[in-house]
Amino acid sequence: MLEQWMYIGIFMVVAMMLPSIAIIIAGLLSPRRPNPIKNSTYECGIETVGPGWPQFRVQYYIFGLVFLIFDVETVFLFPWAVAYNRLGLFAAVEAALFIAILAGGLIYAWKKGALRWL
Amino acid sequence: MSIGVMLVYGLLGLIVVITALGMLTSRNAVYSALFLVLNFATVAVLYMTLGAPFIALAQVSVYAGAIMVLFLFVIMLLGAEHITQRSTGRGHRVLSVLVAVALLAEAVIYILFRGAGVEMAALPSLPPDFASPAAIGQLLFSQFLLPFEITAVILLSAVIGAIYLTRRERQAAARTAAAEQPAEKPVEEPAEKTPIY
Amino acid sequence: MSINDFLAILPVLVVLVTGVLVMVADVFLPEGRKGIAALLSGLGLAAGLGAALAAVPSTGTAFAGMVVADGFSLFLDALFAAVGLVGIGLAYDYFKRMRLQRGEYYTLLLFSIGGMMLMGHANDLVMFFLALELLSIPLYILSGFFRARLASQEAALKYFLLGAFSSGFVLYGIAMVFGGTASINLEGIVAAVRDGSANLTFLLVGAALLVVGFAFKVSAVPFHAWTPDVYEGAPSPLTGFMSSATKAAGFAALIRLLLVVFPALGENLAPVVSGLAALTMIAGNLIALVQTNIKRLLAYSSIAHAGYLLIGLVAVNSSAAGDAVAAMLFYLVGYAIANLGAWSVVVAAEQAEGRGLELEDYSGLGRKYPWLGVAMLVFMLSFIGVPLTLGFWGKLYLFRVALESGLFGLAVIGIAASLVSAYYYLRVVVYMFFRDGEGVARRDVWLNLIAIGSAAAVVLMALVPGDLLQVAAQAVLRVP
Repeated sequence: MLEQWMYIGIFMVVAMMLPSIAIIIAGLLSPRRPNPIKNSTYECGIETVGPGWPQFRVQYYIFGLVFLIFDVETVFLFPWAVAYNRLGLFAAVEAALFIAILAGGLIYAWKKGALRWL
Repeated sequence: MSIGVMLVYGLLGLIVVITALGMLTSRNAVYSALFLVLNFATVAVLYMTLGAPFIALAQVSVYAGAIMVLFLFVIMLLGAEHITQRSTGRGHRVLSVLVAVALLAEAVIYILFRGAGVEMAALPSLPPDFASPAAIGQLLFSQFLLPFEITAVILLSAVIGAIYLTRRERQAAARTAAAEQPAEKPVEEPAEKTPIY
Repeated sequence: MSINDFLAILPVLVVLVTGVLVMVADVFLPEGRKGIAALLSGLGLAAGLGAALAAVPSTGTAFAGMVVADGFSLFLDALFAAVGLVGIGLAYDYFKRMRLQRGEYYTLLLFSIGGMMLMGHANDLVMFFLALELLSIPLYILSGFFRARLASQEAALKYFLLGAFSSGFVLYGIAMVFGGTASINLEGIVAAVRDGSANLTFLLVGAALLVVGFAFKVSAVPFHAWTPDVYEGAPSPLTGFMSSATKAAGFAALIRLLLVVFPALGENLAPVVSGLAALTMIAGNLIALVQTNIKRLLAYSSIAHAGYLLIGLVAVNSSAAGDAVAAMLFYLVGYAIANLGAWSVVVAAEQAEGRGLELEDYSGLGRKYPWLGVAMLVFMLSFIGVPLTLGFWGKLYLFRVALESGLFGLAVIGIAASLVSAYYYLRVVVYMFFRDGEGVARRDVWLNLIAIGSAAAVVLMALVPGDLLQVAAQAVLRVP
């Protein structure tokens, strides 16, 4: 079991190494002659306004919260999906019930306008 | 234990400790959060090596994914990315060092005297596909069916709470007004700082 | 799984399903018609109450050993449904008056009640934890229901942080118990203790952590710090509901857990619980003496009553365990009735923006509104434990059980603490009748009904205490 994961791990390490090596090599080989204009932030040719890290809207936060909750829901449904062919009709009904309860939450979020961007 | 396994564990442990330290010592809250992402991901790999792939993936998708997104949003919402003053007083630091030393001593003592003291109750022998997602699915829909459904209700109350407590009523009212009369522009709240994004 | 599994926890299911329905119905209700949500919730709770009363206690388990449906849990189901019904009666007019009519209140209230009911049914540590979360999370949100009020926000945050902390204790305790017995099912734990395979050290640490976690919920000293602030900041109808029902749920969990672990760990754990009981009675009553805000006063009063109930919990570790549980159930019912009544008076007297909550504001209230005043007098007497009230019999049964199981010290502390408590309870009555003031109260049919009905119940039920104790004694626990 562990060995199978090992292969995935090796793949991931290699996949991460290739682009990082490319970036490092580019950094080592490229000439370095900075001046103020080069160092300024590039924003499609227009002068930048204000800091690069502005205050976010609170709505991102609400979206994040709702996303988190439905993310947890998928975590619970994942084992059901994997074991689906072993479980039978009863489990399908129960999973549908689980989804239905949380679909109620989706209706709530929708009707309360939490999903709308303003 | 083979050398290879030792090496992998050592490397993973090192990354966990370094990222945890990085999270604590970063002066910028965003960097702290990113260190924490790396920390969570490495811990997930540790879970994987312990034979709990489902927990590992849940850790990545919930903690390293959704919760960290939330953290970053909060940091950016509050504009708290920079710590301006040095953190709390010396007493606090001394106390935390003491607690850390105590915990370390505990771990060392445990490793040195393992087996000499009390023993845990023997675990039932584990089937080969223990903790695989399919096995968890089967348990979830037989023995733990009721807890599974109750979890849905708990999540539901969390949805309601999240939306109820964070949504601004005035904005919602303005929104319905805007929906009814599309010609009119929604009322801006002048007292509020208007974020660019 | 068969239909019987679902029937076993029918009251819980009815309440939870109603909660989901109310939530969906609420978003389609126009502003100003939120009374329909309250009505729906009331109907659901009434159905739950009916299901609990009609159910026949069974000796088996359901859902693969996760839950039981014994007399104890059905008794608590009925109690929680009834308290919930009164809670809706308290809330309906209040939120209309405060211009905060929201269907969410009723949905979350129903979820919380479902969690409390589940706590009574739980037979597996996983269920205890989930029930704890299901009852707590809606309460955290409801404490902050006045989103614009700082006090309410503070209450929600404080309750959430300390509640999450106590959940951590419970989880850690569950892990320790699992480490000690290789089981999280109560049956499995008992079996492991019986055949000697359990590691008692780990079991003790786990049980102690569980006791700490639930002691937070019943607000036993020294885990009570959140209580006054949360009770003060939360909307008054919620506080009334919370102080009556959450306490019962916490004690339900403690009774069931301690019945399982006391045979093995009684010598170690019973002194700890005794200490908690003594501390809670003394500290709760002493701090209540100096309160000038009615909500804080009732908060400390609820802490003090948790102390009396803890005496019963110690007595569970004796041959009189059955009597102790019956006495505790009796006390919980008596306390719930008087407490809901007292809070209905508080809700009636509260003015906009959280004014009208100081004792000064109660000056002259009793003479202006004699019904409310007399009702409050009855509740305060019941809290003290004056004869001819339900509170008297509750304390009598508890202290009798304490003496039967040899807890003389605790009984003496309890009686002394009750005498001290007379001072602050009667002070409320003195303000209401013997001071001149401009106090005003809301005349609402539901609030008056709850106040007068509870007062009548406190007095009339005190006429037949033996029969009520019989009912409580028949609500036997299924001992695994």
